[in-house]
Amino acid sequence: MTWVPTTADERKEMLDAIGVNSIDELFAAITPELRAKSWNVPEGLSEMAVRDLMAGMAAKNASSLVCFAGGGAYDHFIPAAVDALTSRSEFYTAYTPYQPECSQGTLQSIYEYQSAICRLTGLDFANASLYDGGTAVFEAATMSIRVTGRRRIMCHRSLSPIYRRMLETHAAHLDVEILTGDDPTGAACVIVQNPSFLGSVENFTNLSQRCHDAGALLVMSFYPVSLGLLKTPAEMGVDIAVAEGQPFGVPLGFGGPWLGILATRKEHVRKMPGRIAAMTEDAQGRRGFVLTLQAREQHIRREKAMSNICSNEALCALRALIHLCLLGKEGLQEVARHCHAKAEYLKKKLKFTTLLNKAPTFNEFAVRLPRNAEEVVQAMAAKGFMAGIPLRPLGEGDAGDLLIAVTERRTRQQLDAFAEALEEVSCR
Amino acid sequence: MPLIYEKSRKGRRAIVLDALDVPDVEFPAALGRAAAAELPEVGELDVVRHYTNLSRKNFGIDSHFYPLGSCTMKYNPKLAEAVASLAGFSQLHPHLSSSEAYWPLCQGAFELIHDTESLLAEIAGMREASLQPIAGAHGELTGVLLIAAYHKDHGNSQKDTILIPDSAHGTNPASAAIAGFNVVEIPSGADGVIHLDAVKAAMTDRVAGLMMTCPNTHGLFEPEVAKIAAMLHEADALLYYDGANLNAIVGKARPGDLGFDVMHYNLHKTFATPHGMGGPGSGPVGVGERLLPYLPGPRVVKGVNGYVLETPPKSIGRVAQFFGNFMMAVRAYAYMRHLGKEGLPEVAEVAVLNANYVWSRLKDAFEPAFSARFMHECVFTATPQAKKGVRALDIAKALLDLGFHAPTVYFPLTVKESLMIEPTETESKETLDAFCDAMLEIANMIDSNPDALHQAPVTTPVGRLDEVRAARQLNCAC
Repeated sequence: MTWVPTTADERKEMLDAIGVNSIDELFAAITPELRAKSWNVPEGLSEMAVRDLMAGMAAKNASSLVCFAGGGAYDHFIPAAVDALTSRSEFYTAYTPYQPECSQGTLQSIYEYQSAICRLTGLDFANASLYDGGTAVFEAATMSIRVTGRRRIMCHRSLSPIYRRMLETHAAHLDVEILTGDDPTGAACVIVQNPSFLGSVENFTNLSQRCHDAGALLVMSFYPVSLGLLKTPAEMGVDIAVAEGQPFGVPLGFGGPWLGILATRKEHVRKMPGRIAAMTEDAQGRRGFVLTLQAREQHIRREKAMSNICSNEALCALRALIHLCLLGKEGLQEVARHCHAKAEYLKKKLKFTTLLNKAPTFNEFAVRLPRNAEEVVQAMAAKGFMAGIPLRPLGEGDAGDLLIAVTERRTRQQLDAFAEALEEVSCR
Repeated sequence: MPLIYEKSRKGRRAIVLDALDVPDVEFPAALGRAAAAELPEVGELDVVRHYTNLSRKNFGIDSHFYPLGSCTMKYNPKLAEAVASLAGFSQLHPHLSSSEAYWPLCQGAFELIHDTESLLAEIAGMREASLQPIAGAHGELTGVLLIAAYHKDHGNSQKDTILIPDSAHGTNPASAAIAGFNVVEIPSGADGVIHLDAVKAAMTDRVAGLMMTCPNTHGLFEPEVAKIAAMLHEADALLYYDGANLNAIVGKARPGDLGFDVMHYNLHKTFATPHGMGGPGSGPVGVGERLLPYLPGPRVVKGVNGYVLETPPKSIGRVAQFFGNFMMAVRAYAYMRHLGKEGLPEVAEVAVLNANYVWSRLKDAFEPAFSARFMHECVFTATPQAKKGVRALDIAKALLDLGFHAPTVYFPLTVKESLMIEPTETESKETLDAFCDAMLEIANMIDSNPDALHQAPVTTPVGRLDEVRAARQLNCAC
């Protein structure tokens, strides 16, 4: 098959230059007893055949349901320019910017991304991105341990059960205690989520005060689009803010690649994991950008590094940055306002359900249906809707509980049709 | 180039939504932010021109040869990008996996996950693979967590140490430490490989496992690997395979057959998914028999009526929210199915051929770090050049002026003034020759005009940047 351009004649010429008779001689170090014992791999397919095969697989997936599901992954509109610009191969076929002189495109975009995240959260420093929202929670927890020297992590009930499970998996072999609640006494940090996994919006200002009085940090996982309206992490006194960046221009893609956001206060920057780009100058005084504080990183510090992170999600961070630039100051507010208003409109239409949120919500809320939620979502899928996320399989509620999210993409017509169909499926 | 923020003009917009078609609702003021985030106010063309021009300040594979050793920067086929743009994959909501009621609606995605994991397992001689880890280093962390779970389950609580060769990637010791292990370094021999005696000297009943790269970062296949595996297993310790250099042996040898118990794959290195300026990567983990019950869950398995999810009995839990970087698996799957049975081993053959060809053309001008036969990358030491006042870094910068990305420099840490060249299989002989000609030209300049090398690069958008100032004054956002 293709992609290897070297011809048979060239191979011969090259072998002669090396001074061997065959390519197999180059593999002499792999002695016969070390050779592959099985090679049960299908024959290669042409480009055309691969495309047909995979189009067939893609067609088995219900990707065109009208989406009312959130739970950490949201169906926001992605402007065409995001795809067009991030499809430029000078971006997507480049590597980590180890040679800054030929990577200024990458480095300046990271600097601009970090700036956007700081402006969004109100915090002083952001890194060049982490893997995703869940691993960002783990990184924030270990960063809190480095800052405080304490080994207890308090998980507030608002935190996504998926993030909680990921944290427990990653920390399983560490000398760390993970508890539920918001008591900061003796804790490295309290981790909250705003809006909560079930959509409730809180003001954690008092909790941050309690954390700081007790010598603990407040870590907050936030929903980035909500910061078009909501009080910022900085305004609430948060020390480390993390997020799943998928809602900013990153396709749902069945779960990844997505984008981990992490920002913090000035005093903690040298304990922050991940790559960081900084502005500097060359000998002629021209502005340029480099990776900085690399002494914290694995390739220098090895087992004493802040984290083991090597790659980040630079291309997803670029998508988020371009999306934020296209939205701009007013656009982000507008998207947030639409999400909120449309969710409130839908809430009012679902009188036949019981709303489970006591606090205000942004664009996501949980309801108790008069019928099993898994049966309901199945029937709703037949009507063309992804009605939401049944909560019981996630260990978060009763059989009738459903988490519903609304984005700016949902039209009034879709909201009306959804409410009508949900009532029909649940009540009749 | 100005920053996008410097192009901001009050009131300028790129995107305006349709008028709100439901009643506007006031958000509770007590929960609202005091002022809007100061995002740039720019038009769409401002954004398009800004990032188009920024992209032109980057070297990428599509524009430049990128012989970055151990990073394996090969051509990223456009076929993979085309299949990744299929809406059936890219627009699929992952919470379709959260309820059994939804599973019939994502059978294509489940099939892709299942088939990709099966192919990865077969290629590496592992029993099964999981796509969950999001990057190579995350795969390492997952792998050592699996080792920890295995020992805990077997009551070996004293096993708190991981052995790691001095030539290993920095991620290996960092991952082991992040997982809670102590790290003990194994020295390489003067011949660049790890010897049984060195491992024996470090063996205690506290050793939980050994992490190895093979071929290692010196570009050399580890000849005693099977003996080392046997010694570890004797002591109920496990062997971890760092998949960074798997591309050198695909179809020739399989880590599972060599005695490795657990490994990670770098989809961007071995299976040519693009690396997007530093990420996304993707680091699936593969396991042999011993670690099967501990794999992260949930996993896609074939049921009677289609694919379903199951969590292994002693699963370590979840390391990703869903199925890792699924869209990277879509690309890697296209790559594997296109190349297939014959094409995949050819990748290893030509990658090794190309590396040896570069070695043969450069070996008289630059000093090879080792005398053994290199595999897919060749490592030189610029120590003789450094004595003449030209360091590996100067050589790297001079290459940028000649239109090539630099090799990896100053890694592995075991080689002084290291220049680590990995050409990969997708480069033509003409490109390799042009690169070697450039390296030989630099070798001549070291004797004739070394000062020019200290000034390099001069053709790039900026010259060498003041990194000390960057760290001291720390301007990381505006």
